Amino acid sequence: MKRFDYARAADVAEALREGQGDGAAFIAGGTNLLDLMKLRVLTPDRLVDINRLALGGIERDGDGLRIGALVTNSDLAADETVRRDYPVLSRALLAGASGQLRNKATTGGNLLQRTRCYYFYDIAMPCNKRDPGSGCQARGGVTRLHAILGGSDKCIATHPSDMAVAMLALKAEVEVEGTDGARRRVPLDDFYVPPGDTPQVETVLGAGELITAVILPLPAGDRQIYAKVRDRASYAFALVSCAAVIGMDGDRIGHAALAFGGIAPRPWRNAEVDGLLTGQAPSDDLFRRAADLLLADAKGHGGNDFKIPLARRVLIDTLRKATRGDAA
Amino acid sequence: MNKHLKMDRPATERFLDETAQNVLGTPMDRPDGPAKAAGQATYAHEWQIEGLCHGVLVRATIPAGRVARIDADAVTGRDGVLRVISDPRMLRVPAQGGANEAPDQGPDEVAYLGQPIALVVAETFEAARDGALALPVEYDPADFTVDPDAVEPEVPKKKQASQGDLEAAMREAAHSVDVTYTTPGHNSAAMEPHAAIAVWNGDDLLLRGSYQMLKYNRNELADAVGIDPAHVRILSPYVGGGFGSKLGITHEAVAAALASKELGRPVSVTLSRQQVFETTMRRSETRQRFRLACDAEGRMTAVGHEVLVSQLPGQQFSEPVTQATPFAYAGPNRVIGHRIARVNRTCAGSVRAPGEAVGITAMENAMDELAEAAGIDPVQFRILNIPEKDPTSGKPFSSHTLERALREGAERFGWSERRAPGQRREGDWLIGMGMASAIRVNILAEAKARVTLEPDGRVLVETDMTDIGTGTYSILTQVASETLGVSTDRVRVRLGDTDLPPGPGSGGSWGAASSGSAVYLAARAVRDRIAEAMGADEVTLKDGHAIAGNRRVDLAGLFDGPVTAEGHVEPGKTMKETRQSSFGAYFCEVAVNAVTGETRVRRMHGTFAAGRILNAKTASSQCLGGMTFGIGMALTEELLHDPRDGHIVNRDLAEYHLPVNADVPQIDVVLLEERDDYASPIQAKGIGELGICGAAGAVTNAIYNACGVRVRDYPATLDKVLAVLPD
Ligand SMILES: Cc1cc2nc3c(=O)[nH]c(=O)nc-3n(C[C@H](O)[C@H](O)[C@H](O)COP(=O)(O)OP(=O)(O)OC[C@H]3O[C@@H](n4cnc5c(N)ncnc54)[C@H](O)[C@@H]3O)c2cc1C
Repeated sequence: MKRFDYARAADVAEALREGQGDGAAFIAGGTNLLDLMKLRVLTPDRLVDINRLALGGIERDGDGLRIGALVTNSDLAADETVRRDYPVLSRALLAGASGQLRNKATTGGNLLQRTRCYYFYDIAMPCNKRDPGSGCQARGGVTRLHAILGGSDKCIATHPSDMAVAMLALKAEVEVEGTDGARRRVPLDDFYVPPGDTPQVETVLGAGELITAVILPLPAGDRQIYAKVRDRASYAFALVSCAAVIGMDGDRIGHAALAFGGIAPRPWRNAEVDGLLTGQAPSDDLFRRAADLLLADAKGHGGNDFKIPLARRVLIDTLRKATRGDAA
Repeated sequence: MNKHLKMDRPATERFLDETAQNVLGTPMDRPDGPAKAAGQATYAHEWQIEGLCHGVLVRATIPAGRVARIDADAVTGRDGVLRVISDPRMLRVPAQGGANEAPDQGPDEVAYLGQPIALVVAETFEAARDGALALPVEYDPADFTVDPDAVEPEVPKKKQASQGDLEAAMREAAHSVDVTYTTPGHNSAAMEPHAAIAVWNGDDLLLRGSYQMLKYNRNELADAVGIDPAHVRILSPYVGGGFGSKLGITHEAVAAALASKELGRPVSVTLSRQQVFETTMRRSETRQRFRLACDAEGRMTAVGHEVLVSQLPGQQFSEPVTQATPFAYAGPNRVIGHRIARVNRTCAGSVRAPGEAVGITAMENAMDELAEAAGIDPVQFRILNIPEKDPTSGKPFSSHTLERALREGAERFGWSERRAPGQRREGDWLIGMGMASAIRVNILAEAKARVTLEPDGRVLVETDMTDIGTGTYSILTQVASETLGVSTDRVRVRLGDTDLPPGPGSGGSWGAASSGSAVYLAARAVRDRIAEAMGADEVTLKDGHAIAGNRRVDLAGLFDGPVTAEGHVEPGKTMKETRQSSFGAYFCEVAVNAVTGETRVRRMHGTFAAGRILNAKTASSQCLGGMTFGIGMALTEELLHDPRDGHIVNRDLAEYHLPVNADVPQIDVVLLEERDDYASPIQAKGIGELGICGAAGAVTNAIYNACGVRVRDYPATLDKVLAVLPD
C-alpha cells in the first residue's frame, strides 16, 4: 500500500482541520475506501479517522429524524422509529451488502461510496472517473452494471447505494460542515451532480467538507416499498431498484415520491413522474405513462439494455402494490 | 511385506462387509475439523518463518505481445522493495492436471491480459503489492484474438466420432430436437487463494503450498526451476479448496522458489483474488449443439453432440464436454464433434468436474426438450433410454444405478406433483419442477500408502495424498480403522508431504477410492502379519484386539516394534473391459418472479450412487457442494470477458456471483447402497464431482416448467427470462 499518514480526530473541528488539503480523506467504516486503496484506485496521502467524532445517534428533529453520519447501516436499519415510520429505509439498508459490512458501514460513507464499475476498479484500464481524461472503457465493454439514464459520453457508471435511494424518496437532506465551521443542509436531490465532462466530481461537497448528519422529514406517505432486483438473492448490487413513498388521499394518490437505483450515476429521481401520479386515481394506464415518462430518455449500452424493460416492470409493479396497499 | 493389486479382475471378495469394527461408511466427524475450526490447521500462506519476505506478481496489461522493458529501478528500494524478478523460468500458464512437467514458461511472451510477468519482492506484503501495482512496464504489442466465435476453430481428428447415420435418423424420427446451448466460463473460486512459501536449504527446496496432486507437482516444480525432483519437497497438509485449479503448480510456486534462491531468504507468494480469476485455470465457455431423436414410443435413435470450446494457442487441454456422451443414453446413430477456438484468454483447464459439469447439464436440457416433444414424462423418458451396455463401445457397465436413482429420487421428491408448464402460481412467483440425471465417469488411479501398526496398538497412515476439504483424513482413518479393528481415535493420518508414498492426488473424483484402496491393501498386509503372529489363518480384529479361536489378544504389545506395510493399487483390465460411471438424479423446485424474472431455488433433492460409501457425511457433503455449485452454474456464475481485449472483468467475489446462503435452499441428499467390484478393491467409485454433473440442468428445466421459458444460454439470469415473460 502506498504510504499515508493517519490522524485520529477527536472532534469535528479537528477532523475539518486535519482533512484539509488535496490528499486527505476521511475514513469512517472503511468498507469502501480501504478496498479502493488496496487496489490503488484511491491513493490518499492522509487518512483522517472520524470514528471518534460525536456523530452517532438517531434523534428527533422537529417532526423528522436526524441521523448522525456515523450511525452504522445495521443500527439504522434496526432503529424502532425507522422501522415504524420509514420502513422503506430499513428495507433498503437490509437489502444491501451483508451483515458484516452493514455493521461497519456508516450513513455518511454509504452516501459517498464509489461506483462498482469494473473499469473504475481496474487501474490498468482507462477511466475518466478515476483518471480524468483517460477515457471511458465501459463504453464498448461489459455494461451489465451501467447506467441507462443520466450518463454522459465520459461516464456511464452507476451509483451503487440502496440506502441513498430510499432516502431520496423520503426527501432527505444532508447536513454538511465546511472548513469554515458553518453547517448547511443540502437536499439529497441536489447533493449528487451529473457526470457531464467531470465524472470525478460526484457531489456538491467541497474539498475537506464533512457530512455530519442526514435529516429525514416526517414521511409524506405511509405506503412504502423498496423493491430491489439483483443477480443473486443477497450480497449483490441492484440491477434496478425502486423506492416508493406513496400517500393515498381517498381513492387518489395524494403523495408520490419515487426514486431508483442501479440505473443512473446517482440515486435517480424524476420530479415529473411524481407530479404525473399525484392527484390521480391509480390505474395501469397511469402507471404505464409514469414508466414512459421515467424512461423516455433511457439508453442502453448493450449489456444493460434489459434494464429499460426491467425498470418499467418494477415501477409498474411497485405502484400497483403501493396503491393497492400491499406495502407494509 | 507389501501388497500390490492391479485391478485385472473384479474384486468379488467383500472383505469390508465382514470386518467387525463397523465404522466404514458411518458419518464420522472429520478428525481435522476441530483444528480447522480453531485456526490451528496452518495453511500454506500462514506459516511464520524467520526472515520471510513477500512477493507479489505483476500482471500484463495487454492481451498479447512481448515485455519490452521493466523499469525495476522505479520501485526497487522504495519502502522496502528488495527486488523485481523477471526470470525466463517463471510460468506463463499454470500446469494442467497430471502434466508432470513444467508448463509454458517465459513470462516475457504475453499470451493473455492478466498473465504474470514479474515478481516484486519486499520486506512487507503491502510494499510488494504497491510495488507490483506501480511497476512501469513497456510492451511490444502483438496481434491477438479474443472472441471464440470469430475465429476458424481447430477440428482435432481424434476428437470426432460417429456411428450409424445421424442425419437419416433425424429425418426419419417421430420426434427430434436440434438445439444449441451455451455455457459461460467459470473459475474454481476456491476459498483459499493459491499460495506458496519457498525455503532453500543448500540445494534443497522446501515449498509449503496449496496443491492437489503432489506427486506430479513435485516434478512440475523441479522441471520449472531446473533441478532434480529429489531436491524438492512440497508440503500441502491442508488445502482450502481446489476444484481443479490446484491440480498443477501455479505461478506462485515457481516465482517463490526462484525469488527465494535469488535472495537467499524464504519468500511467500500468494495470488490476490483478482489474480486467481485472471491467471488460474478457467473452465472454457462452451457452445453445444444437440441433435436428439426418438421413435414414437420414445426410444432414442440419434444422439448428436457437437461442441465448440476455447483455449490459448498451443495448449493441449480442451474442455472434455462430451466425455459421458458416448454412454449416457441409448441410440444407434451417434455423432460427437469437438472444435477448439484458439483465443488470447486466460488458460483453460480443469474446473469442477471438467466435461460432465457442462456437458451433462446441457444434455439434460436437450433430453427435457425431447421428452416434451415425445409427450413422455422426463423421468420415464430417461429410464426408457438407459442403455443395456455402452452403446458406443459395446462394453458392459461395471454397475448402473441410474434407474434406481431416478425412481427413488422421484418418489422422495414428490415428482408426481409436477404439472404442465406455467400452471402453478403463488403471488408473484411462478412455481415449477425440473429434474436431470447425474453422470460422471469413474476412474481408478495408481496409489500408494503406508500403514504402520505401532507397538502400542496405534495406527499411522501415510501418503502424499491431499485433503482439499473433501474428507480424505476422515475416510482414510475409517478404512484403516475398519481393516485393522482399531477405534478411529487410535488412527493418525499424515497427508500432503512428498516424502510420503505417492498417492493419486485429489482430482477427477478418483481420490477416495484410489487412496482408500491403497490404505486398505497396506492394512490388509499388516493384518496378515497379525494373523501370522497369532498363528492363525483368520483373525477377527475389533477395538484394538485380535481374536482367533478362543484367544483374544491386545494389539498393543503384540509386536516389539512397528509393523509397516505399503499398499499399492493400480488400474488394470477391469477399467478397460467395463464402462465405469457414477450415477444419480436431481430434482428441483424453483420459483420464477413473474415481474422481474429472478429465479429462486426453493428445494432440491439428489439421489446418488457411487459404489461403497466410505463416510456418509463427507460423501453427502460433496454432493451438497456440487449441487450448490450447480445452482450457481444455473443462475449466476459467469466469467465476463471484455469483448475488446478478452480480460476477465468480474475478477472478485462481489461481481463473480457464486451462490450465497440466500440462494441455496434446503438440499437433501440420499446415497444408495451399491458395491462396484470392477471399480476398486474396496468396491467404491468416485463421488466428489458427481453432485455437479447435471445439477444446473435440473434448475433450468424447472424454470421451463415454471414459466414456459427455455433459457439455452447459461446462466439463466433474470434478463434472459424476462425477455420472454409476458407483461
Ligand atoms: C462486497 C460488498 C457488497 C456491498 N453491497 C452493497 C449493496 O448491495 N448495497 C449498498 O448500498 N452498498 C453495498 N456495499 C457498499 C457499502 O454500503 C459501503 O461500502 C458502505 O456503505 C460505505 O460506508 P463506510 O462507512 O464503510 O465508508 P468508508 O469506506 O469509510 O468511506 C467511503 C467514502 O466516504 C467518505 N466519507 C465517509 N464518511 C464521511 C463523512 N462523514 N463525511 C465526508 N466523507 C465521508 C470517505 O472519505 C470515502 O471516500 C457493499 C460493499 C461491499 C464491499
